[in-house]
Amino acid sequence: MTARIGVVTFPGSLDDRDTQRAIRVAGAEPVALWHKDKDLKQVDAVVLCGGFSYGDYLRAGAIARFSPVMDTVIDQAKAGLPVLGICNGFQILTEAHLLPGGMLGNDHLHFICRDQKLRVENADTAWTSDYTAGQEIHIPLKNMDGRYVADRRTLDELEAEGRVAFRYLDMNPNGSLNDIAGITNAAGNVVGLMPHPEHAVESLIGTGRTDGLPFFTSILKKLVNA
Amino acid sequence: MSRTPLDTVEHATATPDVELPWAELGLKKDEYERVVEILGRRPTGAELAMYSVMWSEHCSYKSSKVHLRQFGEKAPESEAMLVGIGENAGVVDVGQGYAVTFKVESHNHPSYVEPYQGAATGVGGIVRDIIAMGARPVAVVDPLRFGAADHPDTKRVLPGVVAGIGGYGNCLGLPNIGGEVVFDACYQGNPLVNAGAIGVMRHEDIHLAKASGAGNKVILYGARTGGDGIGGASILASETFDDAKPSKRPAVQVGDPFQEKLLIECTLEAFKEKLVVGIQDLGAAGLSCATSELASNGSGGMRVTLDDVPLRDSTLSPEEILMSESQERMCAVVEPEKVDRFLEICEKWDVIATVIGEVTDGDRLEIFWHGGKIVDVDPRTVAHDGPVYERPYARPDWQDALQADDANKLPRPGTSDELKDQVLKLVGSPNQASKQWITQQYDHFVQGNTVLAQPEDSGMIRVDEESGLGVAIATDGNGRYAKLDPYTGAQLALAEAYRNVATTGAKPLAVSDCLNFGSPEDPAVMWQFAEAVRGLADGCLQLGTPVTGGNVSLYNQTGEAAIHPTPVVAVLGVIDDVARRTPVAFQEDGQLLYLLGDTREEFGGSAWSQVIHDHLGGLPPKVDLERERLLGEILISASRDGMIDSAHDLSDGGLVQAVVESALLGGKGARLVVPDGLDAFTFLFSESAGRAVVAVPRSEEVRFNDMCGARGLPVTRIGVVDGDAVEVQGEFTLPLTDLREAHEGTIPGLLA
Repeated sequence: MTARIGVVTFPGSLDDRDTQRAIRVAGAEPVALWHKDKDLKQVDAVVLCGGFSYGDYLRAGAIARFSPVMDTVIDQAKAGLPVLGICNGFQILTEAHLLPGGMLGNDHLHFICRDQKLRVENADTAWTSDYTAGQEIHIPLKNMDGRYVADRRTLDELEAEGRVAFRYLDMNPNGSLNDIAGITNAAGNVVGLMPHPEHAVESLIGTGRTDGLPFFTSILKKLVNA
Repeated sequence: MSRTPLDTVEHATATPDVELPWAELGLKKDEYERVVEILGRRPTGAELAMYSVMWSEHCSYKSSKVHLRQFGEKAPESEAMLVGIGENAGVVDVGQGYAVTFKVESHNHPSYVEPYQGAATGVGGIVRDIIAMGARPVAVVDPLRFGAADHPDTKRVLPGVVAGIGGYGNCLGLPNIGGEVVFDACYQGNPLVNAGAIGVMRHEDIHLAKASGAGNKVILYGARTGGDGIGGASILASETFDDAKPSKRPAVQVGDPFQEKLLIECTLEAFKEKLVVGIQDLGAAGLSCATSELASNGSGGMRVTLDDVPLRDSTLSPEEILMSESQERMCAVVEPEKVDRFLEICEKWDVIATVIGEVTDGDRLEIFWHGGKIVDVDPRTVAHDGPVYERPYARPDWQDALQADDANKLPRPGTSDELKDQVLKLVGSPNQASKQWITQQYDHFVQGNTVLAQPEDSGMIRVDEESGLGVAIATDGNGRYAKLDPYTGAQLALAEAYRNVATTGAKPLAVSDCLNFGSPEDPAVMWQFAEAVRGLADGCLQLGTPVTGGNVSLYNQTGEAAIHPTPVVAVLGVIDDVARRTPVAFQEDGQLLYLLGDTREEFGGSAWSQVIHDHLGGLPPKVDLERERLLGEILISASRDGMIDSAHDLSDGGLVQAVVESALLGGKGARLVVPDGLDAFTFLFSESAGRAVVAVPRSEEVRFNDMCGARGLPVTRIGVVDGDAVEVQGEFTLPLTDLREAHEGTIPGLLA
């Protein structure tokens, strides 16, 4: 058997089909979910993909967080459903308070698209178990509002509990505090990051690296072995 | 325009002597008289609005038409051509049941006035052209030209344009895979912002802009209509800039990429369910264009109730509604029984959709407002029977002197040190420097099918995940060459784009163009235009790549000073399996470097003459299109059969520019030997056309040489991939770190 992983499409989602492909490449079954539909179609995990949901109007992720589908995602995530938020998905997760902190505009005020070096800081989450802690990987980054911020106490808590999942290496592309590229909740089922692992799953496409594939094999193994 | 009483057809007939503001709307006196003659009465205000925008230079191609005909008359036989010139965009067969549509357009004037919105809506417009053909947009490219890199106004225009392209395209989820950035003082007051897009569909999904079937409903969907962009086509894009006139900023449209993204998804879903008979996007000239073109291309007439158009501003007059260029709108013709389903899909995507009229039996386009008939015209007279001008043209009297000012006679570097200095200067000059600071503001990865993106020779997109079928696109243009000789310059642009596509391993199939010139009212400019079109049409015929469509932008002129004639050519190619693509970057130490083609002393219009001597004169490099075709065949075969691991075309900056780029991208140096019969200077800087540098694995050396020998392509071994410097034996060694600093530091230094 394989795992069924849902990918939510909001108006303005861009990487929904790419994320479905990444799930397929990893060997799991992608399931399309629609923002107006509360029903998660009994998926085993959910990915909130990248894009500009609702045009990033008001604030990135601020409107999508109130979509009907998010009511269910929030409830089930609290009950342990694995949820991955990529870029705009990460922004939605912070707006939904499933992850702490928030994202501001990049400090240089430009959109940035680059092959970004990261260090895996936490390889014990549902989405990172196929990495090893300390592993250095390259994942494409592309965003306008990627500067992770949180108050000092939250940052200290994240650091102390090992909940910084990924850190930018070599250069901080957006001014994120503590070079944070991605974080996890305390239970390890909800992970959010700004870089795009779904764009690094085929050796021929994009940067030509497959460093993003372990996100999807991690969750697949966890679900199939569960 | 007076709105009381309503200027209906009846009212116009009854009041023949009312003076209308035809001159303010951009019509010439004889054009207005022609409208009166067509109608047999004075036009209503609404009719005048429609004729004035549709007969503008931008919409009617009235100055260029007589020349553009050559693209049809000289079109080569091509089995690949599915839809040709005249539709929203041309369509090409790429095999396996797939069709590709692509086009390049200009948004020059608005981008100077309001860089962010001008550039953003340029992307929006070209993407709607692609959707209107039935295709899913899969990539965009942006050929850009600005004034001098260090001019203060460039720092206003360029960042705004780049942010606008990124802000719009990134939000639409379209990878930006190619284009150019060129600086030249001639573009100071007239930057060129061209935008290209590619879309993919199955053959059976091709849609056309025509309204047929009496009783079918005309549905306007997308954004509400506002007061933005009124006169964009007629007033802004069809005149030269002049300081004395009031600001034209209100004539620039404002874009909402989120709305456009919804429009894409909702349109594609409607196509999938086969709900659409005909479709047209609303761009220049807005509803005037959409209604008159749909009606004139179909079999019947059309009746439209303008009161039903959803408005952003309820105070708009009917004339303004007809002329508004509000973005993110489309018009579909739908059979009555499918209207409900069409509206349902729009609602799913939160897109406003309204039935505004229907196709009729007759042959008239009738538009109503508050119960009165305000337009009653033969739509063909609006859309297709605009004025056609045989503008006088003459070879400018300065052309001979310009060509006599031979760049080959400029002082050349006398020592190895001087040669080395000039190499560093060249690769660090704004035009030759890395454009990464710009391109990293564009998303290259979205959709997950990008095989190659800038700074590769062409952008390449995977079309089919199973078979690996892909398409490639390159855009090129060199205004300096075209200024020296427009006929040859246009062919050089074609040759370079063709070569760039072939260098990545794809077979060139078809051409789109964006022809950027000064004022057609200047005979010298008109001569440049005529020569460039003739050159391009002749070149396309010879290479077997038909022109599928394109765009003309005239009046790129401030006062008396016109831009360099700048034909930008886009070549589309196909590759059977994207796994066989060839990148620019050096891959492995020890691989052998070969120069393909002939190198001559050709420096007219060269980057070297510009960077070192600030000189433009002489003749551009010679064109040999048969040689280009042979070179292309060799590059494609070598890619397919795994004989080369990297390849780079030679163009502006010559061999040294190409080698430095391949070295920096691959992080591997090169040791070069000046071949017998050439001096180091000519070897490094000549811009002879029809050339490429390839890296051949040692195991393929014999096979590759045999292939070139058998087919008669000159091939010269020039060195080897090795080390962490570019070394020219007996001349100089430049470490990659120095080259990187020069090449990558320039643009951020000027603009960041």
